[in-house]
Amino acid sequence: MRFLDIITTAVGNSIRSKTRTILTVVAIFIGAFTLTITSAIGTGISGYIDNQVGAFGAADVLSITKTSADAAPAGGGPAPYDPRKVTLEGGFPGDGSESAAAVLTPDDLVIIGKVTGILDVSAVQQVTPRYIEYGNRGKFELTVNPNSFLTTPDLASGSQLRADGDQNQILITTAYVGSLGFADAAAAAGQTVTIGITDHQGLMHEVQATVVGVQNETLLASGAGLNQALTDNLHRLQNTGVPESSSTGSLLATARFNPAASGQDVDAMQAALAGKGYTALTVADQIGIIQTVISGIIGVLNAFAVIALVAAGFGIINTLLMSVQERTREIGLMKAMGMGAGRIYALFSIEAVFIGFLGSVIGVLAAIGTGAIANSLLAGTVLADLQGLVVLRFAPGPVAAVIGLVMIIAFLAGTLPARRASRQNPIEALRYE
Amino acid sequence: MNTPLLAALNISRSYGRGATRFDALKGVSLKIGTGVSLAILGKSGSGKSTLMHLLALLDQPDGGALLVEGKDATELNVKQISRLRNEDFGFVFQQFFLTPNASVLENVILPLKIAGIGARERKMRGMEVLTQLELEDKARNKAIDLSGGQKQRVVIARALVNNPKVIFADEPTGNLDTVTGRLVEDLLFSLNRKDGITLVIVTHDRDLADRCDRQMFIRDGLKVTSLEKAGDAA
Repeated sequence: MRFLDIITTAVGNSIRSKTRTILTVVAIFIGAFTLTITSAIGTGISGYIDNQVGAFGAADVLSITKTSADAAPAGGGPAPYDPRKVTLEGGFPGDGSESAAAVLTPDDLVIIGKVTGILDVSAVQQVTPRYIEYGNRGKFELTVNPNSFLTTPDLASGSQLRADGDQNQILITTAYVGSLGFADAAAAAGQTVTIGITDHQGLMHEVQATVVGVQNETLLASGAGLNQALTDNLHRLQNTGVPESSSTGSLLATARFNPAASGQDVDAMQAALAGKGYTALTVADQIGIIQTVISGIIGVLNAFAVIALVAAGFGIINTLLMSVQERTREIGLMKAMGMGAGRIYALFSIEAVFIGFLGSVIGVLAAIGTGAIANSLLAGTVLADLQGLVVLRFAPGPVAAVIGLVMIIAFLAGTLPARRASRQNPIEALRYE
Repeated sequence: MNTPLLAALNISRSYGRGATRFDALKGVSLKIGTGVSLAILGKSGSGKSTLMHLLALLDQPDGGALLVEGKDATELNVKQISRLRNEDFGFVFQQFFLTPNASVLENVILPLKIAGIGARERKMRGMEVLTQLELEDKARNKAIDLSGGQKQRVVIARALVNNPKVIFADEPTGNLDTVTGRLVEDLLFSLNRKDGITLVIVTHDRDLADRCDRQMFIRDGLKVTSLEKAGDAA
């Protein structure tokens, strides 16, 4: 029997007993539907996180902190005094703004800069402006995202910050648009805002900055992005009047490395830095932690869907066993007429795979349809605050994987009935009444 | 003398074990030459169906040897046996064994489908054999909608479609009334005479057996007598 004839015969046989096939298809449909939905949620949320963290925009950056191994002795009690250790600028003891983590001094930066593979290193300057104002429409507190240069933010309008140039640039978040008095995000782009900052002696200084764009509110790092020129200006003003002798440092330093560096090179750099007492993370590492949590949750959801599919697999076994029983004489006849056991096996296996294919394709299509409706409903109501979040995203890869998985389960479910059919003795089968 | 198409040498077959052991055949020998018609007669349970199954290679004997065109059947592999059953043997059963919801043509071309013949040639040969049996106008009907006689003619068409050397018929007229039974018999014997197709018919119908060249009686798994029509013994 030709392979094509086996397929058409198998498909024909599965359609022959309609009710039974439909019921089995429904069982598979439920499993495939659930699995598609959960994997689409996984894709949607991971995609959202990637967007939030800037789509790995700055893959050649390590963010470096000092490993605070000597923060406190193991038995409790205060840490021994280290004269080289400095406190973080801008922190106030007791209010939580000071950090237990060690601070990076200029000496540390020199050490880091000497590590093989690091091109340049700079301390992350922390600036804490007091307010932002547009025209005379009221002053608002301004939160600054010190890590904004690590990411490529998701923009609502305007353009990204420029790394070079001496124009003061700011990227505000959508939350500020209405409060500052802009009609919409597009209207804000290109306008000049005033930023107020106090120096070490409490004197207020004002700096003009151009709004280059508006970024969507993000989950992971909220706050305005400042370009290097504006940061330098604010930092200079903020440190006006700081005594010469006071040593300062920063919590975080960033180091750039060759973007062409391989994963092994990066690992080597991270190991070298770890050996010198620094913790170095790439953007991918940082995102990886969040991704791990999300994929854990998605994994659990997928497990439930697979359980549903396994149950559906038993439905296939049942359906096909009944079918083998019902067609005993037909199988016997085909064997008597010289059809080999292998072909009989293939005939029933393909019937199982076809039922699986039918159920999974209908399930996947229904999931995509439901997802489209759910996305538009959720985006308008519950998730209106999370801009750019498409909860259900159907990528071709995972969808094809779902169909493939269901067909594999169906094939495995079909092996038992197919084996039984292929082993039938033609005489016994023909005698069967 | 030519090598017989099929030869059984003292074949035996038993079912079950120990106390429930049942010897269906206890050593039967016969030779079937090309173009003859042989009736195997006996009461139910006499072993006549078992003998036919063994001759048709649907089953293996426990003892003795079976020769197909002089070659021991045990030397043939599964594929060769399948090919032999598909191409050289045709089967006609009492219960028809038609697929009820498939069309007459679909039922008839099943052996060609199994043989791996292309769709176009299948249809052509299927229609040819249906025309030969005056069933061409029923080709598209469902097998379930036919009368008993028509069904048996479809079964014969299915047996003929691959141009077999032998047709094995198990009670071919058992489910038919006398008139239609007679028509089916005529059909089988005309194939035997015109096309030289060997007939092996299992029956307990003496009238049918009388039309065959040879008759063989079986009782309790043993050959009792063998009759040859006068004049046919050559």
